[in-house]
Amino acid sequence: MHSFWIIFKQSFLTKAKTKSFIITTVIVVAAFFLLANLSNIIEIFQGSDEEGNVLHVIDESGELAPILQAQLDQQNSDVQAMPTDMTEAELKEGIGEGTIDAYLVLEQEGTLNARYVSESANELGSANDVEQAVQSLQTVVTAESLGLSESEVGQLFTPVAFEREAISESSKSQEELSQARARLHFDLAHLYRGYLLSKYDCDGSGKREIFRVMEILISSVSPVKHMFAKIAGIGTLGILQMLIFGLSGYLAMKTAGTALTEGAFSVFGFSDVKISTFLFAVLFFLLGYFLYAVLAALLGSLVSRTEDVQQLMLPMMMLIVVASLIAFSGISVPEATFVTVASYIPFFAPLVMFLRVGMLDIPLWEPLLSIGIMLVTIGLLGWFGARVYRGGVLMYGSSQSLKDIKKAIRLGNQK
Amino acid sequence: MTLSIQHATKRFGDFKAVDDLSLTVEQGQMHGFLGANGAGKTTSFRMILGLLNPNAGVITWKGKPITYAASPEIGYLPEERGLYPKMKVLDQLVYLAQLRQMPASKAKQEAMVWLERFQVPHYAAKKVEELSKGNQQKIQLIASLLHNPSLLILDEPFSGLDPVNVEMLKKAILDFQKQGATIVFSSHRMDHVEELCDNMTIMDQGKVVVDGSIREVKRSFGKQNVRIKMDVDLSSLKNTVGVVQFTKTHDGALFQINDEATAERLLESSMKLGKLRHFAIEEPSLEEIFISKVGKAYA
Repeated sequence: MHSFWIIFKQSFLTKAKTKSFIITTVIVVAAFFLLANLSNIIEIFQGSDEEGNVLHVIDESGELAPILQAQLDQQNSDVQAMPTDMTEAELKEGIGEGTIDAYLVLEQEGTLNARYVSESANELGSANDVEQAVQSLQTVVTAESLGLSESEVGQLFTPVAFEREAISESSKSQEELSQARARLHFDLAHLYRGYLLSKYDCDGSGKREIFRVMEILISSVSPVKHMFAKIAGIGTLGILQMLIFGLSGYLAMKTAGTALTEGAFSVFGFSDVKISTFLFAVLFFLLGYFLYAVLAALLGSLVSRTEDVQQLMLPMMMLIVVASLIAFSGISVPEATFVTVASYIPFFAPLVMFLRVGMLDIPLWEPLLSIGIMLVTIGLLGWFGARVYRGGVLMYGSSQSLKDIKKAIRLGNQK
Repeated sequence: MTLSIQHATKRFGDFKAVDDLSLTVEQGQMHGFLGANGAGKTTSFRMILGLLNPNAGVITWKGKPITYAASPEIGYLPEERGLYPKMKVLDQLVYLAQLRQMPASKAKQEAMVWLERFQVPHYAAKKVEELSKGNQQKIQLIASLLHNPSLLILDEPFSGLDPVNVEMLKKAILDFQKQGATIVFSSHRMDHVEELCDNMTIMDQGKVVVDGSIREVKRSFGKQNVRIKMDVDLSSLKNTVGVVQFTKTHDGALFQINDEATAERLLESSMKLGKLRHFAIEEPSLEEIFISKVGKAYA
């Protein structure tokens, strides 16, 4: 066990010290803080709330501005409609000087006329809010002129109850689908990371310009131990990196005062994700990583030059691409037979079974069976990989094709 | 405390890489392996180390087959060198020694002693890729003996080194042997084996051609050399009874002879020809033995 930890530590530290690892980690952490603080940063450039978003309203009737404000509040808009006594000429001057953002002229001559004036046409956000509020204002004013009672006006504004329901029993509600979407985003991200890590791993054993350092190593430590210690070391680093990302994301949002459901994060639908989803995500990540890492180590041990690694990695990349294609097309038809079948194939399972777990109410034995199949596959690949690993190390010269696996196994079997 | 190989045979498919190899290396002895490329030296070493299992025969060290449990006692310098190019020299040495169960602090200390000895202490913090080939070789040798193994296997330890460094490494290996280590090494250079080893094995195409104590091998070869330096033409002596081979040299001639009586005959005859500047009976070189046994020049 002693040598296992030495190799583990060495792989972990060597990879952790690489420029690519440090740069990726720093960039992602920085991106989290940037995303979480995006609204704050925009505010800094736009000035504070009190000064900004004040809309000067020329309202000769004196009655429209308060109703407009009420509508804006209802829309959750931060625009403040403020009646003004200034003339249009003065307001224009204010815009030119930059003391005023925009003004609105409201005139009521039978129908409501509104004119929104701002420095540039780019301020779409506020203009849209105002336009919507003026539209509602028109409805209120018309309703009043028609002599509708307050309750009738209330009825007019009641929002429509619109709900979507799925008929299939195993299908989930819209709300649940957002969970699934979050899982898939998350899972796709982690599978790609898993792939990148396993590629790292492969580079780790393949990049060796001079091949036989491995012979020194396998004369001191058994190849199985060496291979798994290395995979575990780099895998642990991957998990640590995910933890760093998770923690920095959490801290970023804490410090920025935003919740996961707000801003840029709302796109991912994180608000509905349950703890069990994360547990499944972590489990499938680990299994997916180990599966591909063992495969990568197996292929990586066959080559001595980085250029050759690319060629041997192609079949592995194809597997990942196919898995992603099945998963993406499975989002719309999670019950399709090909999705069900693919969810038991170990190379696709990390993505596809996860998708099914997220989007359908399938019995627990299904993911468990899939996990079992993956574990057995990892075991088999590990056993097989160790043979190729040993044989590959003892082989002379550089090899570039899958045909060499046969040769390597023959050599590995000599043991 | 002996390394024993009994009738070891290794086949790869139909190809016999090593055919019925037997030898014993006593503790503290140095045993040399000679042979051209593909003779089976590296395969023999891999079998000794347990990296390959023989198809037939038994290999033991201290009475037991070599397994990973014996790892701390074994040192190995593979023929094709390899170190992590991006790793620092000292880190690499400590890492490899740790894998042989040596504590990190002790490995660090010892590594510095060896780096000093090989006059490269300033490379400790450098990356391996920044070192010249010769210096990388020194680091490799240090890596193989840093953990103080009792059995050291060196596959072509001097290849690619300049003469100054060869001497430095030779001395280090000899000193290591004096401390009681058993050393098995292969070389392309016959003179290295002749100089360092007590016993040797010459292999050709997987088979042992010659083996045993170098002195014994030379004695039993049955042929000796007579070197004569004279200013006259010596070709008239080539038909002397007992002369097997005659080679003209720039300052005289070299005669391969069957027995010592022939040497006496040559001495008498040569003295009659003129002034004899030099006359010596020489042992046959390993090269000659190799050519005579294998039927071709040593690669």
